[in-house]
Amino acid sequence: MEKILQVKDLRVSFSTYGGEVQAVRGVSFDLHKGETLAIVGESGCGKSVTSQSIMRLIPEPPGRITGGEILFNNIDLIKLKEPELRKIRGANISMIFQDPMTALNPTLTIGEQIMEGIMEHEKISRAEAKKAAVEMLQLVGIPSPEARLKQYPHQFSGGMRQRIVIAMALVCSPDVLIADEPTTALDVTIQAQILELFRDIQKKTGVSIILITHDLGVVAQVADRVAVMYAGKIVEIGSRREIFYRPQHPYTIGLLQSVPRLDIEKAELVPIPGTPPDLFSPPAGCAFAARCKYLMDVCERVYPVQSSLSNYHHVDCWLQDERAKKLVSTLV
Amino acid sequence: MNTYFIKRFIAMIITLWLIITGTFFLMHSVPGSPFNEERTTNEAIQKNLEAYYHLDEPLIVQYGNYLSALLHLDLGPSIKKSSQTVNEMLGRGFPVSFELGFYTLILAVLSGMTLGIIAALRHNGVVDYLSMSIAVLGISIPNFVMATFLIEQLAVNFPIFPVATWSSPKHMVLPILALATGPMAIIARLTRSSMLEVLTQDYIRTAKAKGLSPVKIVFKHALRNALLPVVTVLGSLAASILTGTFVIEKIFAIPGMGKYFVDSINNRDFPVIMGTTIFYSAILILMLFLVDLAYGVLDPRIKLHKKEAK
Amino acid sequence: MELRKQEERNISPDIPDEWFVPKVQNQSEAEAVVRPSLSYWKDSWYRLLKNKLAMAGMAFLILLAIFAIFGPIISPHSVETQKLTSQNLPPSSEYWFGTDDLGRDVFTRTAYGARISLFVGLVAALIDFIIGVVYGGIAGYKGGKTDNLMMRFVEILYGLPYLLVVILVMVVIGPGLTTIILALSITGWVGMARIVRGQVLQIKNYEFVLASKTFGTKTGRIIRKNLLPNTMGPIIVQMTLTIPSAIFAEAFLSFIGLGIQAPHASWGVMANDGLSTILSGYWWRLFFPTLFISLTMFAFNVLGDGLQDALDPKLRR
Repeated sequence: MEKILQVKDLRVSFSTYGGEVQAVRGVSFDLHKGETLAIVGESGCGKSVTSQSIMRLIPEPPGRITGGEILFNNIDLIKLKEPELRKIRGANISMIFQDPMTALNPTLTIGEQIMEGIMEHEKISRAEAKKAAVEMLQLVGIPSPEARLKQYPHQFSGGMRQRIVIAMALVCSPDVLIADEPTTALDVTIQAQILELFRDIQKKTGVSIILITHDLGVVAQVADRVAVMYAGKIVEIGSRREIFYRPQHPYTIGLLQSVPRLDIEKAELVPIPGTPPDLFSPPAGCAFAARCKYLMDVCERVYPVQSSLSNYHHVDCWLQDERAKKLVSTLV
Repeated sequence: MNTYFIKRFIAMIITLWLIITGTFFLMHSVPGSPFNEERTTNEAIQKNLEAYYHLDEPLIVQYGNYLSALLHLDLGPSIKKSSQTVNEMLGRGFPVSFELGFYTLILAVLSGMTLGIIAALRHNGVVDYLSMSIAVLGISIPNFVMATFLIEQLAVNFPIFPVATWSSPKHMVLPILALATGPMAIIARLTRSSMLEVLTQDYIRTAKAKGLSPVKIVFKHALRNALLPVVTVLGSLAASILTGTFVIEKIFAIPGMGKYFVDSINNRDFPVIMGTTIFYSAILILMLFLVDLAYGVLDPRIKLHKKEAK
Repeated sequence: MELRKQEERNISPDIPDEWFVPKVQNQSEAEAVVRPSLSYWKDSWYRLLKNKLAMAGMAFLILLAIFAIFGPIISPHSVETQKLTSQNLPPSSEYWFGTDDLGRDVFTRTAYGARISLFVGLVAALIDFIIGVVYGGIAGYKGGKTDNLMMRFVEILYGLPYLLVVILVMVVIGPGLTTIILALSITGWVGMARIVRGQVLQIKNYEFVLASKTFGTKTGRIIRKNLLPNTMGPIIVQMTLTIPSAIFAEAFLSFIGLGIQAPHASWGVMANDGLSTILSGYWWRLFFPTLFISLTMFAFNVLGDGLQDALDPKLRR
């Protein structure tokens, strides 16, 4: 499959009062054409920072990309200058943010906000831009789009606003759409509608989607592949089936066990004890070691070597080492 | 939208009425007649004068008379300058004061906003620290100190501008500068902090994600929202400029309304004090009303909110 | 478990076998909070200490207070004594700040002016604080109709140009120190009342307050740990900003002849007296009072700014 976006060993730090926080500590993944990749993890695991780094939208300072490559069409976005980045933002890669209530400018009509994106990137007249905006609103399912173009964000409900935000992001038909917790701020019924919309749009436009979420239910509904992030690293990545049915990393297993499931009888909800580590001084070994019930001496000393279980399924865990396997078999 | 502004208008009239009533009874609660402190008048003349100014009638009748005169925009005669009415004095003084206040407000708003925007865009940079230091200084130096300093430096030590009076544009420079420094500093600080806050908003990030240029982001998306809090203080700022004109007019010997006001206070010329206070208040309340109108135009959310609140 | 089904075998050769031994998880360590938590006031204090400009302002104000208290005592000259033989003398070892047109010592008068200014500022701020907290607290706590009515009244007062009100009061009860303070207090508390009401309203509904209540925390502790840090910040800042505006109002009123009356000394009176000296060259008579007004206002303003930054709990990291 064609790789549209490649992230290689991305590292991002923030300087704060207390020192330097290493929010992202070497993240690598590929995004294929037309697929949906979900990045899941607890809040603070670096998933939002990763996504905003792709767009180069982290506030610098205090943020700083300290290493790695982000290749889009073989161009390294990290090396680009602002004016060149601007040509890519919104046109080739666009982004949807968590809260539709605050993502729209309250003092501009939504028509203006949708049109300005396309008028920035393409040489078209206002009338043509307006036509494109109307088509986009139709695509995302907003009734009587002509009239609604003249309205302000406060005149729409939360779900409607998220549709508008999606329309705004798609108006230049981008190759990649990054959605950062797009349904978290919405009611459950609206969530389902928006996820449905994502699938629909992907079918129609063939856009590749990176979906950032902490909600495994959302992942199960739309993702083709899943990357699990913990403390600034991707600890396990694989297809949706692999992650849901053959999870390898104790953290992934823990995540799945802490979510209610209807398909397994009498499944108990098991919370993961403890809290994520302090990223001011990340541990030398596996960051999950302090919370892991399979903890070994090696976990605290050395970061695990990546093991591949299939072409797509990779995991960073010492339990994959043969010597540990014997142990586990005696343990369980 | 209309119901809101009609309600707002009625509230404005009520406030004005309260001020008129308050001022009237406050002025008439001062013990003694305005005439008996002076030695020149004997008792018979004093009685005549009181009759002439209707001061011998019951207070409530006087109040009624005053209100009905006000409805015809008649502020009554001056007591101390017998040949003049308060209307005449205001008619002469107001245009001058208005000119001073108006230019001051324009200068303060334009320069203050510019300074604030630049400071916010260069946040934590040299320009930011420099303009904010100037702003704190501007707030800290009282306008009469600023006025004396300007006169000393730019009129006496280096005679670039005339010392006093109000006869040519050149005469206007120093008074306007002296009066504008404080409001300018306040606007600059407010614009900066409001701009900084707006720049962290999600919709600014959205605009960046669209690939808009920084110029467009600042002028189309940030500025309008950042100016909303600035607009709300314009009313009270106009008030402080107005009272500032008293002292500036005194220092620069400008024949404005403030001069009549300060004179009338020292002469205890009650009709003039009352008339000027009411006039000032009316202007200020009108300013606040206009500011509200402007706010409604700038912020599309306002109309709906007010309706919903009902 | 799933793990046992795994067929492929991996061995990292450079890791010794003996490291692959299970370890018992130390639970308490995993739960430990990493950052030592500073109390709110300590944290704010450290942040204020770091703000050089605010500290300079505070240092100046302390010096000013010493100057106000001891200045008139250590000075060999009295405030009101006129010496016609020593009119308009420039600063010297005898008269540190020079003398005015009636032969009075400018140093002593400036120190005396500092007393007046600080007194007016502090008393006005204190009165504003008391009325504002009580009024705003009641309005915010009661809410509903009471709040609506009380705030309507505040709005009307807020719309009034306060210097105009002050001037009217001066006209009615005549000039003097008490009149100034009374007049300043009539409208001054309005800003404080609005702030307190807003804070009380907001905090009444905060989830963390509800949360504390449901945990059965004692009311006293809620007030001390939750309400005070969240309300005191804006209140303290408002007070530090009330002081310079009261000082300015006094100077302004005295300057236009409605405040402190001669022969008493106030910076406003002295500045007004000194106004005529711009042309005569007796600069010290205008320079010292205006310098002190400006420096004092400046010090209070930068201290207020610093406090605002230091006390804002939202800035805590």
